Amino acid sequence: MTTQRKGKKKAATVDRDHALHLLHAMIRIRRLEEKCAELYSAMKIRGFLHLYDGEEAVAVGVLQALTPDDAVVATYREHAHALTRGVGAGSILAEMYGKQEGCSRGRGGSMHLFDGKTRFYGGNAIVGGGLPIAVGLALADKMQQKGRVTCCFFGEGAVAEGEFHESLNLAALWQLPVLFVCENNLYAMGTALKLEHAVQDIARKAASYDVASAAVDGMDVLAVEAAAKTAAEAIRSSGTPYFLECRTYRFRAHSMYDPELYREKVEVAEWKKRCPIANFIAKMKGVGILSDGDVAAIEAEVAQEIGEAVAFAEACTWEPLEDLTRFVYSERRER
Amino acid sequence: MTSDDKAPRKITYREAVREAIREALQKDERVFLMGEDVGRYGGCFAVSKGLLAEFGPERIRDTPLSESGFVGAGIGAALGGMRPIVEVMTVNFSLLAADQIINNASLYLYMSGGQFNVPIVIRMATGGGRQLAAQHSRSLEGWYAHIPGIKVLSPATIEDARGMLWTALEDPDPVLIFENSGLYNMEGTLAPDAGPVDIDRAYVRREGKDLTILTHSASLFKSLDAAEILARQGIDVEVIDLRTLRPLDERTFLTSIARTHRALIVDEGWRSGGISAEIAARIMEGVFYELDAPVQRLCSVEAPMPYAKHMEDAVLPQTDKIVDLVRKMVGADG
Repeated sequence: MTTQRKGKKKAATVDRDHALHLLHAMIRIRRLEEKCAELYSAMKIRGFLHLYDGEEAVAVGVLQALTPDDAVVATYREHAHALTRGVGAGSILAEMYGKQEGCSRGRGGSMHLFDGKTRFYGGNAIVGGGLPIAVGLALADKMQQKGRVTCCFFGEGAVAEGEFHESLNLAALWQLPVLFVCENNLYAMGTALKLEHAVQDIARKAASYDVASAAVDGMDVLAVEAAAKTAAEAIRSSGTPYFLECRTYRFRAHSMYDPELYREKVEVAEWKKRCPIANFIAKMKGVGILSDGDVAAIEAEVAQEIGEAVAFAEACTWEPLEDLTRFVYSERRER
Repeated sequence: MTSDDKAPRKITYREAVREAIREALQKDERVFLMGEDVGRYGGCFAVSKGLLAEFGPERIRDTPLSESGFVGAGIGAALGGMRPIVEVMTVNFSLLAADQIINNASLYLYMSGGQFNVPIVIRMATGGGRQLAAQHSRSLEGWYAHIPGIKVLSPATIEDARGMLWTALEDPDPVLIFENSGLYNMEGTLAPDAGPVDIDRAYVRREGKDLTILTHSASLFKSLDAAEILARQGIDVEVIDLRTLRPLDERTFLTSIARTHRALIVDEGWRSGGISAEIAARIMEGVFYELDAPVQRLCSVEAPMPYAKHMEDAVLPQTDKIVDLVRKMVGADG
């Protein structure tokens, strides 16, 4: 491990409804991803598939801080962001099946989920590619005085890209309402943090652009939520960007193709002890907020939802091939 | 400024582009100009001179020299409801933003299944001929024309320099406009009511019956000059200005070639894998049996652009070379 600072510990003050909500959101992600892996093995889902297990607290915690009017720009490991943002599990799975009822009409697949209704702007497989776009969305909001926040998720691998530096500079220079969320899971594909960054304290890089920043324990949903809310409030009141580094870990390989030769099983096992779901359940049970029955009820509800989503995706239809080139260009001009 | 006079006005290509930008800024609150040196400096090619004072720094937005960052920000702003005109100094530097143009702007509509348009206009200078050497002299518009999802405009005339921008801004898809840097000082006349023009069609700039030249941008004028010289020699050449390199209006040029039975493509780009190769292939597919001679191409010599004037001139298609090639094609030299 490198020179990680510990995120500030927030007291676990949470009411029961909210605890149920957070747990439900994290379990939905975990079970959806498990189902995706299963469907991938069954060859129902093809292409690259990047799963989020272990990082649930980040998507769930951060998205608590957004309003429906805010925008989200994500990466190729974005099922969790889409799901938590409000894109239906059925629509997401249908997309991975390649069906026309999928959220991108079968043209995007796992890496390119999009949804206009929830202002979910993908789904970008170029690490760092979404950062300038988030800056531009925030610029549009600022120029139109919309008072909205654009939240941009990316991994620590993207921090090595020029676009990270260009984007932070622009956002700071132009005072734009962007919440930059770095999901630092310690591996850029299969390359460890210490092999990709001369300065491994990611949050320090944001400071060099005069962007307010914080680092948080990305395995603790309450800590992430608190940090994201602090960040979002700062952005809304000041109009300036904020950088939040969430220190997390993915329990699975980079993608389903990845033989995972680059990290030790013992390291993965150590991190699994910090499972954001199991630890949240333990903590909430410990303070008497949740019971085994609550967890079982959530699991049953989620199992039903995912089951229905699979059935929906199975029943969906293929885009007719006559529409193969539809949406390369728009069908009409504006005026 | 637009004038009430009925008489055509003298105007440069540069001023025509500036007028188009000014009109767009006046017409639509969502339009803004952003790019390197567009504000205080007045534009790298002085296109945006005076606009900062007129419209202010919010709408005439100087950017850092970070092409990927500000082109990507333009894409985001377009997604967010604005109508950005992004100026990249030259096509050479657009390569730093190629990821944003090719991996994002051209794909958003398709990858999102029709949900997200990117109504951005990206302007950039292109072409050689100013002794700026290899890294300032590329002609890569044909290369961008390879990419589905973007539109590629190549305005040669004053009318098109004036009129293509607004049409491009009305287009919901990303549009790239390539302005040949050698044309900025070109002076011409413009009708007082000149305004938006279509961007869907190629135009016949000179009618003729013996051979069709297909060209665009600065090579249009060399082709027209060659046609005049050839006319005095009894060879009647039709000259087509392609205007838009993607999507190509092949109907206009195939119709012409079916009548003239000979085709020469003049393009500042390179032959190998260039737009001239695409056009030649379409001619073979479309009107092969109409041809009386093999399709010929006059492109830039396949070398990086040299600095020395005599070498640079030799690299680029020139009027005398067009004349020679046309004469060979019509059998005028025996």
